Amino acid sequence: MNKTQKPTEFILTLLIKVSGYSAIIFVLMIFFFLLREGLPTLQEVSISNLLSTRWYPIEDYFGLLPLLGGSIIVTIGAAVIAIPVGLFTAVYIAEVAPRKTRDFLKPIVEVLGGIPSVVLGFLGIIILAPNLRRLLDLPTGLSALAGFILLSAVAIPTIVSVAEDALDSVPRSYRDAALALGATQWQTIWRVTLPAARSGVITGVMLGVGRVIGETMAVMMVTGNAPIMPIHLNSFISPVRTMTATIAAEMGEVATGSTHYHVLFFIGLVLFVISLGINIAASSAMFKQRKRSERILS
Amino acid sequence: MKTGTLLLLFLLLFSACSTGGKANPGGLSNAQASTIVNKGSDTLVNLALAWAEKYHELYPEIEISVTGGGSGTGIAALINGTVDLANASRQIKAEEVQQAQANGVTPKEFVVARDAIAIVVNPTNPVNELTIQQLSDIYSGKINNWKELGGEDRVIVRLSRETNSGTHVFFLENVVRMGDPNNKTFFSPDTLLLPSSEGITAETRDNPNAIGYDGLGYVTPEVKVVAVGKDASGPFVMPSAETVNSGKYPIARDLYMYTNGEPTGKVLDYINWIMTPEAQAIVKQLGFVPIK
Repeated sequence: MNKTQKPTEFILTLLIKVSGYSAIIFVLMIFFFLLREGLPTLQEVSISNLLSTRWYPIEDYFGLLPLLGGSIIVTIGAAVIAIPVGLFTAVYIAEVAPRKTRDFLKPIVEVLGGIPSVVLGFLGIIILAPNLRRLLDLPTGLSALAGFILLSAVAIPTIVSVAEDALDSVPRSYRDAALALGATQWQTIWRVTLPAARSGVITGVMLGVGRVIGETMAVMMVTGNAPIMPIHLNSFISPVRTMTATIAAEMGEVATGSTHYHVLFFIGLVLFVISLGINIAASSAMFKQRKRSERILS
Repeated sequence: MKTGTLLLLFLLLFSACSTGGKANPGGLSNAQASTIVNKGSDTLVNLALAWAEKYHELYPEIEISVTGGGSGTGIAALINGTVDLANASRQIKAEEVQQAQANGVTPKEFVVARDAIAIVVNPTNPVNELTIQQLSDIYSGKINNWKELGGEDRVIVRLSRETNSGTHVFFLENVVRMGDPNNKTFFSPDTLLLPSSEGITAETRDNPNAIGYDGLGYVTPEVKVVAVGKDASGPFVMPSAETVNSGKYPIARDLYMYTNGEPTGKVLDYINWIMTPEAQAIVKQLGFVPIK
């Protein structure tokens, strides 16, 4: 302890340090727990079984491909909707909207992000799925399409919020300089502000996509949960089953320590690794941005 | 600083509340009260709760704690000796009996109620009766259009409960595989697996393509129940307490409670009470089928 330091300061510093390190410890502990419960899968289930296309756990068919495919198709669909809509909204809020609209819009978008996904799922079952079925003349509205429309509603607030902050932190002088050179407002946004905020915007997109992959309740309620391989052109409008929904639906009654139990943890491990990858990509983008702004300032 | 004190105050208040909350019932349930622990099937959980409440009204000194979690969970808890009564919507498996015996537990079976599985379709669907063979063909993917069953030219959307549900397993064994243990037919992979009975009702109510199955207690007037026949010659029977108990309705199952060995004392009293007309009246109220 530094002699000039007050005891309260010392305690506070210690508290902050402990909190900081505890996050790392928690992540590691969760990871090791997943490894311990998930890895026995590789001894109990053959690789060819895990890589097959049939998921029917009560008869020992543990093909993960339809689940992985379901998660991927739902995530891609949600990203295709959420990224442009989210970015345009962020640009509008940060660059175009008048002050008053902006002060009103941003909190509204953030409230949208706070709606519990089970409520979204409920709306999905009652309103979205039946209307999709009628409008598009599908056999059933419980489909990947309904899933990723709902999921884009989960991702958009994250993307808007983070991207808007990034755009907002681009120095005023950049825009003034561009406008002074005769650029139109659109040229300024597209050629100057967006590139300057690029890493922050990418971070927002990554975090949004990360939320989509991990989302469970809404997806479980509207996608129909049929473990079909999504390899056909019409897979977007057929039912799918995602990895998260599988864990949520089946964890309840699985016997502790059984093969099925281990496989569910294995799926959790796969999900964990995927979202870890996305988060690492997002934070490396964020750190890159910090370095660059430091360079500019120095 | 101000927020700090406020926070502290809140914390104190909360802790005071929670200890107060705990102390009261603790004080009420003195040493003489005794508890029966009851766990298992989600199908049975509402019925078991209703029984427990009524029984506690009649005999306030007996407390019955009821939790769900699924038939398998209940039986596992019985094997581990953590419950007095396990609820199950299926019969105990041979391997579970072996496990139990290895643990020094002899499960004793009681049929406490019955449940009919109703086949439901959208009210606009003109199909009124189906045979078990047709149901098996529908769910295994051999029949894909309502036209083949005398309905409109519509794709069939198959709805099922999740695979961990006792109802799913019962339906697989007795309808899709038609009760033949050597039959290895599967549910068609495009069968929609819905996490709740409500999900099945909602989709059937709304979607003219859908067919689903549900316990009789979950059937609402907004969906149409189909009469089921053992084979094409009929008779086609609607599910009801009478047709289940007379054995005419072909897709019905018993609901069980299991005890460790011959029950004695309070557990025996409780089981005996469940068999009384008073307790069986609750079965009927909740939409299940009384055993007598």
